[in-house]
Amino acid sequence: MGWFSLSKKRADAQPKVRTEDMWTVCPSCNAHIFKEEWQKANKVCSQCGFHDRLSSRERIDLLLDAGSFHELAREVGTSDPLAFEDAKGKYVERVEEAKKTTGMKEAVVAGRGKMDGRRVVLAVMDFRFMGGSLGSGTGERILRAMTFAVKQKMPCIVVSASGGARMHEGIVSLMQMVKTCAGVARLNEAKVPYISVMTHPTTGGVSASFAMVGDVNISEPGALIGFAGRRVIEQTIKQKLPDDFQTAEYVLNHGFIDRIVHRNEMKSFIVSVLRYWGVK
Amino acid sequence: MALEFEKSLVEMEEKLSALTNSSDERRPQFDTEIAELKKQMKVLMKDTYSNLSPWDTVQVARHAERPLIRDYIAGMCNEFIELHGDRCFGDDLGIIGGFATMETRRVMLIGHQKGKNVDENVKYNFGMANPEGYRKALRLMKLAERYGLPIVSLIDTPGAYPGLEAEARGQAEAIARNLTEMSRLETPIVVVVTGEGGSGGALGIGVGDAILMLANAVYSVISPEGCASILWRDGAKAPEAAAALKITAPSLLELGIVDEVIPEPQGGAHRNHTETLQNVKKAILKHLGLLSKLSRRKLVDRRFAKYAAIGKF
Repeated sequence: MGWFSLSKKRADAQPKVRTEDMWTVCPSCNAHIFKEEWQKANKVCSQCGFHDRLSSRERIDLLLDAGSFHELAREVGTSDPLAFEDAKGKYVERVEEAKKTTGMKEAVVAGRGKMDGRRVVLAVMDFRFMGGSLGSGTGERILRAMTFAVKQKMPCIVVSASGGARMHEGIVSLMQMVKTCAGVARLNEAKVPYISVMTHPTTGGVSASFAMVGDVNISEPGALIGFAGRRVIEQTIKQKLPDDFQTAEYVLNHGFIDRIVHRNEMKSFIVSVLRYWGVK
Repeated sequence: MALEFEKSLVEMEEKLSALTNSSDERRPQFDTEIAELKKQMKVLMKDTYSNLSPWDTVQVARHAERPLIRDYIAGMCNEFIELHGDRCFGDDLGIIGGFATMETRRVMLIGHQKGKNVDENVKYNFGMANPEGYRKALRLMKLAERYGLPIVSLIDTPGAYPGLEAEARGQAEAIARNLTEMSRLETPIVVVVTGEGGSGGALGIGVGDAILMLANAVYSVISPEGCASILWRDGAKAPEAAAALKITAPSLLELGIVDEVIPEPQGGAHRNHTETLQNVKKAILKHLGLLSKLSRRKLVDRRFAKYAAIGKF
């Protein structure tokens, strides 16, 4: 007992500046980095180059000119087409939780804005909202962004971060893959540029739909990109997979993305493509 | 092979068959017993098959004696010229396709290929296609578009193959490409889910103007076993997951995902191939007839509008 009370006393006697609030530990290499430096580097580790997850808001701030973002399809939220319930409870309850923790209504935020003064449509997925899964509200928001881009002849950029389809919406979720790909087909037909940015992770039904069919496919270093999950594959083929399996580097080597771009060069790279395309 | 829920039914069938084929000299005296047994069986069959749980339906959809693509081709087409290869990597036998004639109508027929036995299943990879399967299908569908042939796609797969090589050759890209292209192909597409509609692997050749489904087929975003192991943390809860996912034909019709449910013979497709094939053929020809009246532009606009409207929000 004495030991515990002593330690409590010590905790009470802590200095005013609490060091744990100043440091961030890199999830990849465990390096201690000043929080301020970590934020300034957009959550990229200065020691090992690890790209930590960004929220949709942070991503929008990173890519768009300050104050230029105007959200589209705000009114589109989630629904529960199957009245789904599993061992953990009701799907609607899980959605409420996700809404509370993220302040978002769906796993993607879409809008128009400017990049270096050039008008673009941008949709950004947020992994914090139900693993960035593709529900019917997600699909609707992405399709509306694409449709807006076609109408306004503005290039469309979609940043994905998703585990795949949202099981809780069953087949309706699966069909969002077609819905979003139909949106890509419309962009192609109207010759409106479409850039897909795949961030960690982009897998399952999202990699197997709109994310993989950009005019230009880009990824961040180290991002997990693939169709089936590692565990499922290992169980199926009964062998260990290489360490770099399904990394952005692996996918680049196999010919499915055009380029891996460091987060802090992402905006300038996309702008250079837009400039080449003559986007104003 | 008897499914769990139809054990008594199969026992009765076996008894009936033993009596009917008996070489016993008392055989003529069995007639009344046979007639009585037949009557009982009819009642039991109806009872069993009108009360299938979603999980029972999964078992019927996966039944080893259910008609497979080669049966459909033989029973529905007066002609089939199989075409091979994706022109990039290889020829996947998990998906087959070719020029077909149904009555007087020429179509491009594609579909998943499962095997009838272990040897065939090893060869066809249990109907789980690799990227080259999806790319072969796309090549054939574009060929169909160029020559004005409508496309008939038969769906029966546990899913796209989850393998190392499949990932290396771009399983995700192959499916994504097919979805994008199929959404704008200027030719009618009739899809029939004949057995298992396994997620992205089914959808990869499953975009169409008319989506039909056999009464005991299933179509799902994930296998009930997979869903159970993730959301219930217990694969044995697959029956619960099967119910929650709403994967049966009546549920999918109600959700507006399927346009028409094709009836199966009493006791399931595996009990009467001929009748099943006739029902499927009739439904396909009906929808091809309806779709052939639409202009190319109208067809694509209609398809886009249909998928754009899926989902509530």
